[in-house]
Amino acid sequence: MSIYPYMIEIAQILILLAVAPAFAGWVKVLKCWSQGRGSAGLFQPYRDIRKLFSKDVVLAENASWIFRFTPYLVFGTAVLAGGIIPVLSVDLPLAATADVIVLVALFAIARFFTALAGLDIGTAFGGMGSSREMTIASLAEPAMLMAIFTMSLASKSTSLSHMAQVVISGQSVLRPSISFALLAFILIALAETGRIPVDNPATHLELTMIHEAMILEYSGRHLALIEWASMMKLFLFVMLGIAAFFPWGIAASGDLLAVPAAFFFMLLKLVFAGIGLVLIETGLAKMRLFRLTEFLGSAFLLATLGMLSYFILE
Amino acid sequence: MHLNIAAQINSFLAALILLTAFGMLVQRRMYGLIHLFAWQGLFLSISTAVVGFVAGKQHLYISSVLTLSLKVILLPYILHVLTQRLKIQREVETIVNVPLTMLIGIALVIFSYHLMAPVRELSTLVTRSTLAVGLATVLIGLLMMITRRHAVTQIIGFLAMENGLFFAATSATYGMPLVVELGVALDILIAAFIFGIFFFHIHTTFDSLDVDQMARLKEGD
Repeated sequence: MSIYPYMIEIAQILILLAVAPAFAGWVKVLKCWSQGRGSAGLFQPYRDIRKLFSKDVVLAENASWIFRFTPYLVFGTAVLAGGIIPVLSVDLPLAATADVIVLVALFAIARFFTALAGLDIGTAFGGMGSSREMTIASLAEPAMLMAIFTMSLASKSTSLSHMAQVVISGQSVLRPSISFALLAFILIALAETGRIPVDNPATHLELTMIHEAMILEYSGRHLALIEWASMMKLFLFVMLGIAAFFPWGIAASGDLLAVPAAFFFMLLKLVFAGIGLVLIETGLAKMRLFRLTEFLGSAFLLATLGMLSYFILE
Repeated sequence: MHLNIAAQINSFLAALILLTAFGMLVQRRMYGLIHLFAWQGLFLSISTAVVGFVAGKQHLYISSVLTLSLKVILLPYILHVLTQRLKIQREVETIVNVPLTMLIGIALVIFSYHLMAPVRELSTLVTRSTLAVGLATVLIGLLMMITRRHAVTQIIGFLAMENGLFFAATSATYGMPLVVELGVALDILIAAFIFGIFFFHIHTTFDSLDVDQMARLKEGD
């Protein structure tokens, strides 16, 4: 029984906590540049989180335990998810106990409680945000699972570590099923992390906000935890995409010397993922809410086509 | 190994053809539709060339070039000019809503896979697995003709169907004889011109290309 896998697990969670705000900052910096504005710098999210932690919490009079409990739960599930997705190495003790379906369920729990907390306060905005979030979730989750099933068909396993290993050691380059699954995954990741064609993370405009509407009543350390968790969610989705589709560079099982290189590769991939994300966000306009069914429907379609082409073409 | 890579490229192109077929099914804008049609033609032409390379049949190169010039350049250009002349760039209305059309499309793909499974067992060609995609493209083109109300979109559906047939022919039998292919290509070209003339007539008579308007013919006003 080796202790190294546990150390990698801990290192990975620390990286998640530390690098996620920097990645969110990187996306914001790129966005500012692309729009010809000066940016607040890579480390602004850290300063925001510190500022929020030092502020007092203002609670509504009728807030129940759900409202107070939700930020911790959301933060906790994000950290736990960070233990499942291979970021540095495929040697993860937690990955043996939890596969991708558990990962989707973890995100679902966080979303469920956020929606409840939005309703709990009883403001109109919270309820509206929860309703919209649930509409999107009910369409995004089947598509997400379908994309994951396509991936697991190709690698004959639902464990992320195993999937990454199979793709690293894979022979075939042009697999239609995986390309379809990747496209579907990108669409779903945009929806799940609340990026531009679906939701605008930078706005508090009442007509368009979805995620921001639910957490409008949070303040102080609660808000800090939720903001941090949503940065981690963005980071985790990028990592999930990398682990499932571009795992080259992630250290193989038992290969400790490759871990520093894996860290370097991770940073490099994050830089490119940020550029890709900003290109998508500046290239597209936010979609009308009623067009979202089509957007997520096409994600589902792509995932299903991926699965079908696995059977038909491979 | 050589053959294997070619087969992989071909099945990837098959996937792209299927994707463009679905794209056309859900596309609302006329220009987007025409562009998707041109892309489908391009993938078809590359796929034909790849099959020709695998099978070592020279005439497939000719039909590939023919596809490229007709379906990627000429027909989209004609359709483009038509939409511009008739001022129909706006959104295309559908009879069934888009998500439902998508689901029907998925069902059609599954159906054609099921239908082609026994045929696939009989064939020994490298490209046999793409036969189901060919049939699915035909069925999706048909679905597009049924669910769209606009004459131009119905024509694009028809042309997409022809693309599917052509793809099925090359993947199932390594292509028809060159004479047949030339004949089909000429037919398509003539058909496109006749469609163009018809569009103008429908447009001047009814002031719209919505085929529902043609129900007025019955009343004899």
